[in-house]
Amino acid sequence: MRIERRLRQPRWLLVAVPAGSLVFAFFASGLVLLATGHDALSSYRQIIDAAFLNTGALGQTLTSATPLAFTGLAAAAAFRMRLFNIGAEGQLYIGAITAAATGLYLGGNRGPSAFVIAAMVVAGCAGGALWGLIPGVLRAFFKTNEIITSLMLNYVAAYLLTYLIFNTNSYWRETEGFNASVFPTAKNLPDSALWPGATIHVRGGIVLPLGAGIAVLVAVVLWVLYTRTRFGFEAQVLGDSPRAARYAGMRTRRKILAVMALSGAIAGLGGASQDGDFRHTLDADPNGLQRQYYGYTGIVVAALARYNPFAVVLVAFLIGGLQNAGNTLQGADFPSGLVGVMQGIILFSALGGELLVRYRFRLGRATEAAAPEPVA
Amino acid sequence: MIATEDDRRGADGAPPPPAVAMRGITKRFPGVLANDAVEFEAAAGEVHALLGENGAGKSTLSNILTGLYRPDDGEIFLDGRQVHFHSPRDALDAGICMVHQHFRLVEPFTVAENVVLGDHRGEGRTFRLRQRAIEGRVAELSKRYRLAVEPRARIWQLSLGEQQRVEILKALYREARILILDEPTAVLTPQEADLLFETLREMAAEGRTVIFISHKLHEVKAVADRVTVLRGGRSLGTVSAAEATPRSLAALMVGRELGGAGEARARAVGEAVLELEGVWTPGDRGEAAVRGASLAVAAGEIVAVAGVAGNGQRELAETIAGIRTPTEGSVRVDGKALRADPRAAIAARVAYVPEDRLGTGVAPSLSIASNLVLKSYRGPHSSRGPLLRLRRIRASAVELIHRYRIAAPGPAAPARLLSGGNLQKVVLAREFSGRPRLLVAASPTRGLDVGAIETVHAYLRDAAADGVAVLLISEDLDEILLLADRIAVMYEGAIVGETSRAEASVEELGLLMAGGHDPRAD
Repeated sequence: MRIERRLRQPRWLLVAVPAGSLVFAFFASGLVLLATGHDALSSYRQIIDAAFLNTGALGQTLTSATPLAFTGLAAAAAFRMRLFNIGAEGQLYIGAITAAATGLYLGGNRGPSAFVIAAMVVAGCAGGALWGLIPGVLRAFFKTNEIITSLMLNYVAAYLLTYLIFNTNSYWRETEGFNASVFPTAKNLPDSALWPGATIHVRGGIVLPLGAGIAVLVAVVLWVLYTRTRFGFEAQVLGDSPRAARYAGMRTRRKILAVMALSGAIAGLGGASQDGDFRHTLDADPNGLQRQYYGYTGIVVAALARYNPFAVVLVAFLIGGLQNAGNTLQGADFPSGLVGVMQGIILFSALGGELLVRYRFRLGRATEAAAPEPVA
Repeated sequence: MIATEDDRRGADGAPPPPAVAMRGITKRFPGVLANDAVEFEAAAGEVHALLGENGAGKSTLSNILTGLYRPDDGEIFLDGRQVHFHSPRDALDAGICMVHQHFRLVEPFTVAENVVLGDHRGEGRTFRLRQRAIEGRVAELSKRYRLAVEPRARIWQLSLGEQQRVEILKALYREARILILDEPTAVLTPQEADLLFETLREMAAEGRTVIFISHKLHEVKAVADRVTVLRGGRSLGTVSAAEATPRSLAALMVGRELGGAGEARARAVGEAVLELEGVWTPGDRGEAAVRGASLAVAAGEIVAVAGVAGNGQRELAETIAGIRTPTEGSVRVDGKALRADPRAAIAARVAYVPEDRLGTGVAPSLSIASNLVLKSYRGPHSSRGPLLRLRRIRASAVELIHRYRIAAPGPAAPARLLSGGNLQKVVLAREFSGRPRLLVAASPTRGLDVGAIETVHAYLRDAAADGVAVLLISEDLDEILLLADRIAVMYEGAIVGETSRAEASVEELGLLMAGGHDPRAD
């Protein structure tokens, strides 16, 4: 068997290979299920039911998918310029912190207020952007590796989040009431800061969180930005060849700062959506927000979607469904680790499928047979 | 049993079998037939040139002979005996050594260490014990073959010419019978090249076979006994170098008669467009790469900067293009001081064809259309506010591809798929579409085949005829003598001489390029 580089990549491959990878992943996961004593087919039916078909399943899936869409878009926005911002996790925490502060500060109890929600969105973006700008500045001016700095800042953000509620009487911490004296918690957000969802009346009502809508909007904006604007053009050139960008008179540093801020802002928006859509408080519990690994899973989502913003939304939905199913089915005969295993297999086969797009395998004998020894 | 017949003939006193014979060598790469039934024969005791344009299959053939590639078809005989190389080691064991264009040396190691490196006869392994003896032997070889190099010097301290000598010493140390050199003169001054030729002749006189890969006709004439010409992966036969003329060789190599040396069109030389005065520019490592260079180029004039690579030419070009910031001196275009900013240079209509085509001249993964607007995407033709005018960008790309005859699948194809010549056309098309006042072209024909070189030369001449000031930076003296009105020589960052073409002689230029007028040389 020989491996050859493809000179041309036919268009159908770009669809067929990911689809094929997915089929392969389910097949391989089926083997894992069989090996662990499960009936693969019925397990899959369970998963699909729990993720999409059962009453209330879609709503749950949207809850899991929305943050993944944000972190996936954040990763895609930066990775497109080959800026490897691994820090969506921390940027999401910081966005959650700033958005929660804004909601708490503005207050008001007469139901969701467009003004407060808009302010939270802005604050979440700003918080995430500032956190993303730290590795951005270091990269632009001191040429440090953004992978390391953004990753390390995730831990800083996580400890900060825990500190705000557990180790200090901060603005975010609830200090009144019986519960607060027993266990440290964050203040609940006022009514005005709760994001409304649109309810679709099928299957017992599916709530479309506002954040999900915003994520789709962000995807559209990103797509336009990267395919239709000078900004996106410059980012592409810079990602491909920084020397060519300099030669063409592009402002390299500014662009690095802008893209890191953009990526951070999108992740921060995910944090704001966690506050407003789902948690309704700044969840600092190390067993809560910090156990979800939205930022890291977002990288997987972006990679599977090949950094295409629309594909990110779709993949986030599917992975969200899988996670939701994992949570729902978790129990003695469906260990929660199985879903993680399946995610790993899916990523693995998708990346393997990439090879098929770029290379082609040829079966056939080597052109020359084993050479006979020269006779002296 | 295959080889015995030939062997017997050799023993009988009939003409001995050739040292190297390659029969019907075919090698395919995806989409390319690199070698198509190539026939090649070289005798012991001769310098045999392998002549061909870029992409003619010279490198593939030599990589097959050194065991790096396996041929899809064909046979190799050494001294009449068939061999099968499974790896480069087999070829080394058979006495075949190659001096690659890009040297295979370990920079922090000494010359002697590099010479024994990979020598598996055991000497490399016991180097520390026998260091003195090995260094002595290297010194002896370098003396005998006049390959002056200090055995204990570290590679990074050596010039490219010296590094090449180390590569040749390596081959001599291993007692190679067959030595292949891939475009060895590319990094040498004319004087160094002459010395190399002497060494090669001497090695051949001892009964070795020297295979000399080149696309420069005068070198082939100067050093080789016989010449095998390759074109498009096929061998077109072998001729005696003494009988061949440069013209006949060129015709074989290109497949057509070349036009005569370009007669310079009468050009009206206008006012100075570019004026450099005492420019000092730091290089990548902070050293002064350009040292007080002063130069002027007038409208309609082609001024060439000659010099061996690495003498500050790239830094000079980048200073003019605004990419590098000078620490002293002034760069003026059309009388106005130029800010050190690529945008300022673009606005002053300074076009720059960088020597690094694929990494700097274009963004390789981006489409041809994108690369064609790499410098003008900010302008009103290509964008409105923050938005790109994609339809217009595409339409003008289609037009430029047609006008410059760029062989490309279409405007959306990524630039990296293009051949060197077509890539250079993309760069030229873009630079000319900015209607330049000044064109800085750095090694614009390096690595291109003869046809593409002619095209590029024609564009440069046309530009000058249209009143563009052209600054040509090149290491190729033939090219410079063909195109330039005036020639400046750069050595160690300074302009060490300037002459008009009429008064220029290759010897004088070579001397200047090698620092012959350096007071330290006295």
